[in-house]
Amino acid sequence: MRFTALVLSATLLAPLTAMAGEDSVPPVTDPLVKKECGECHMAFQPAFLPAASWRKMMATLGDHFGEDASLDAVTRDKIESYLVANAGRGRVDRANPPLRITELNWFRHEHREGEVRRMRAKRNVKTLADCAACHRDADRGYFEDD
Amino acid sequence: MRTLLILPAAIVLLATASAEAAPRRALLDDFATQAKAADPGFTGFSASRGETLFRTRFTGGKPETPACTACHTASPLKTGETRAGKPIEPMAASVTPDRYTDPKKVAKWFRRNCKSVLGRECTALEKGDFLTFMISQ
Repeated sequence: MRFTALVLSATLLAPLTAMAGEDSVPPVTDPLVKKECGECHMAFQPAFLPAASWRKMMATLGDHFGEDASLDAVTRDKIESYLVANAGRGRVDRANPPLRITELNWFRHEHREGEVRRMRAKRNVKTLADCAACHRDADRGYFEDD
Repeated sequence: MRTLLILPAAIVLLATASAEAAPRRALLDDFATQAKAADPGFTGFSASRGETLFRTRFTGGKPETPACTACHTASPLKTGETRAGKPIEPMAASVTPDRYTDPKKVAKWFRRNCKSVLGRECTALEKGDFLTFMISQ
């Protein structure tokens, strides 16, 4: 029981702080989120960003990292509710919340430049958004295979 | 004996073909009605105009996606790739049989991708031409 509580708090906190050995996050379980957020890229787990980030993300889908990813209002609202309810915890600049997971401090810490360059060249990875290129079970929330 | 074997096979083939043909027909009919409303001189869709639309480089949209071919490759028969690295099933109906059978999916991706590539919604004429081209491939 105590173990469960420890793991849980670690998974909630880990993505926004430096990861300390527990490289897994709860997977996306909602079928609508899995489908709609997983068509162009992996459906990133909501714990990777805080609620303020997801709110901003879902309000700016018309220009989603350079593409129109707009949704009908009902679908958009349902997805935002799920993302916010399962968001990561951590301190962020609420006025200007981060949108790119790859720019967060813990991500940079875990993906040191030289090593990432070497791995990207080796596996022909075009973008860091393609988690599964290196982390085979990324979809299921496991990122320990690094 | 041969007829006995061919007949059921032909029936299965026909049934499969019409299962996809019906929703596609409905989509094209709908676009045709809209195209005619926009231009009474509308006489029908054109696969070659659709191909031109597919291959044209536009400047009105987002710089990351100047043409359909940026993600879908220059061949409708080939698997494309999203900017985030996910494969996109080929656009040609002959290679991906369930394409253009779900009106909601068709509407969603025309809305998104026309805005990304052209910087505006596509007209019914453009949508009908595009579908006609992809169904012919």
